[in-house]
Amino acid sequence: MKNPYRTQNIAFFFLFLATLLIVIPVGLIIIIIIQKGLPAINWQFLSDMPRQGMRAGGIFPAIIGTIYLVSGAIIFALPIGLLAAIYLSEYSKDNLLNRLIKLAIVNLAGVPSVVYGLFGLAIFVVFFKFGASILAGSLTLGIMILPIIITTSREALESVPYSFREVSWSLGVSRWQTIRNIVLPNAIPGILTGTILAVGRAAGETAPILFTVAAFYLPQLPKSILEQVMALPYHLYVISTQVPNVDEKIRYGTALVLLTLVLFMNLVAIIIRYNFRKKKKW
Amino acid sequence: MVEFSIKGLDIWFDSVRALSNVTIEIVAREILSVIGPSNSGKTTFLRMLNRLNELSPNFRMSGRVEFKGQDINDIDAQVLRKKVGMVFALPLPLPLSVFDNVRYGLKIHGIKNKKQQEEIVVQVLKQAYLWEEVKDRLDESAFKLSGGQQQRLCIARSLAVEPDVILFDEPCSGLDPISTAKVEEAMLELKSDYTIILVTNNVKQAARVGDKTAFFLSGELIEMDKTDKIFTVPSDKRTDDYIRGKFG
Repeated sequence: MKNPYRTQNIAFFFLFLATLLIVIPVGLIIIIIIQKGLPAINWQFLSDMPRQGMRAGGIFPAIIGTIYLVSGAIIFALPIGLLAAIYLSEYSKDNLLNRLIKLAIVNLAGVPSVVYGLFGLAIFVVFFKFGASILAGSLTLGIMILPIIITTSREALESVPYSFREVSWSLGVSRWQTIRNIVLPNAIPGILTGTILAVGRAAGETAPILFTVAAFYLPQLPKSILEQVMALPYHLYVISTQVPNVDEKIRYGTALVLLTLVLFMNLVAIIIRYNFRKKKKW
Repeated sequence: MVEFSIKGLDIWFDSVRALSNVTIEIVAREILSVIGPSNSGKTTFLRMLNRLNELSPNFRMSGRVEFKGQDINDIDAQVLRKKVGMVFALPLPLPLSVFDNVRYGLKIHGIKNKKQQEEIVVQVLKQAYLWEEVKDRLDESAFKLSGGQQQRLCIARSLAVEPDVILFDEPCSGLDPISTAKVEEAMLELKSDYTIILVTNNVKQAARVGDKTAFFLSGELIEMDKTDKIFTVPSDKRTDDYIRGKFG
């Protein structure tokens, strides 16, 4: 430790190296998928039904299916998750029970997705008799992303300075009005971040939809939420392992569409978040 | 007229006794300066008057605090806090524009009419000696104002909900002498319409603005009397020592 500057430079070098090690694989994945998948992408691929045992045609039903499932999951999980987060951060007392609840929610985020799939099968498909359907699949995905939404929303709410609440209360404003007018508007960027993460997870997971909704192949689009749909991650699995002789281009094309869909949803949330941040006043 | 009547007030946080056996009467439309070294319980005393203390989970009290003859624990906390405004030690604007900071309380308390809101905002900004400085900056973020301006904005924000009492918790601790003078000027002006309780670490400030001065030490009220008397012939030696800067 004779020369602190050299130690610092060495440390910086290793920190930079670690960052590089993270960036390179991610970059490579994206480059390979684009390189191999882009030739497959055309209007017909995006808007047509699969044909010839999924070896030709498009992936339209799988795209639609994934959009349905992700939207359904968010519609179900965002309000419930947000309300739970508000309760935990603003109303619950700091006692053993509530600390256990918080710990349980954090841990639920780490439960393997196939467990959620099995749970969805038992509860929604069998017990509530929804059958393998969009409803059952959305609810299963919703349950899976609930812990992410609750945890990130709670952190976002708690990051709003306590003094703002105190000022608001000191003006004779009730707890709920304070939450609605001061806390929530300033927590929205963080809540959106949680939703971004949740959308990415819901769109990409195969296991939870495997038992609850995903169809191997369907010749038409679903007409109600009690029907099955195809979904991109499951479709990708099917054409990669279950159907022989599928052109590599179609497989990578499907992966590219899935990736783009998730990135696009993230982009929308990032833009909204950016606009809120710009207006942030402290 | 007596605004607050406090009898035998004890306050604990967990097992720490913050106030013991405080009995005091606060007269309407006067400025009461509260002085004492840190940890003497003066801020706890102040936060008792609008029931902010009870937000700490381990708060306990005994004794009686009456506001206009009514036990404050029988008054709805929101109603009480509307009547008893507060200005905190640090300038704490809400993350809103200058205008919306003042309008916030109005909106919540049911004044929806735009024109009426504007009139009140202008009026209270003038009362807080801030109008001339911000009249062209109403739409800017309140965080862009200087510290002294922010503190006067906080005063205006309290005034907007039409309180009877304003609690000042070391309002000038982060301000330069000129800003301090402006805040003090505003307080003296407000005295004709409001009861003011000023907790301050600045003994000279207490002498400058207070009609009466109360001296707290280790959670006890040592004495309260007319400011002139406290600063010339205090009846307790400890008061004299503190004012002369012998401790604290």
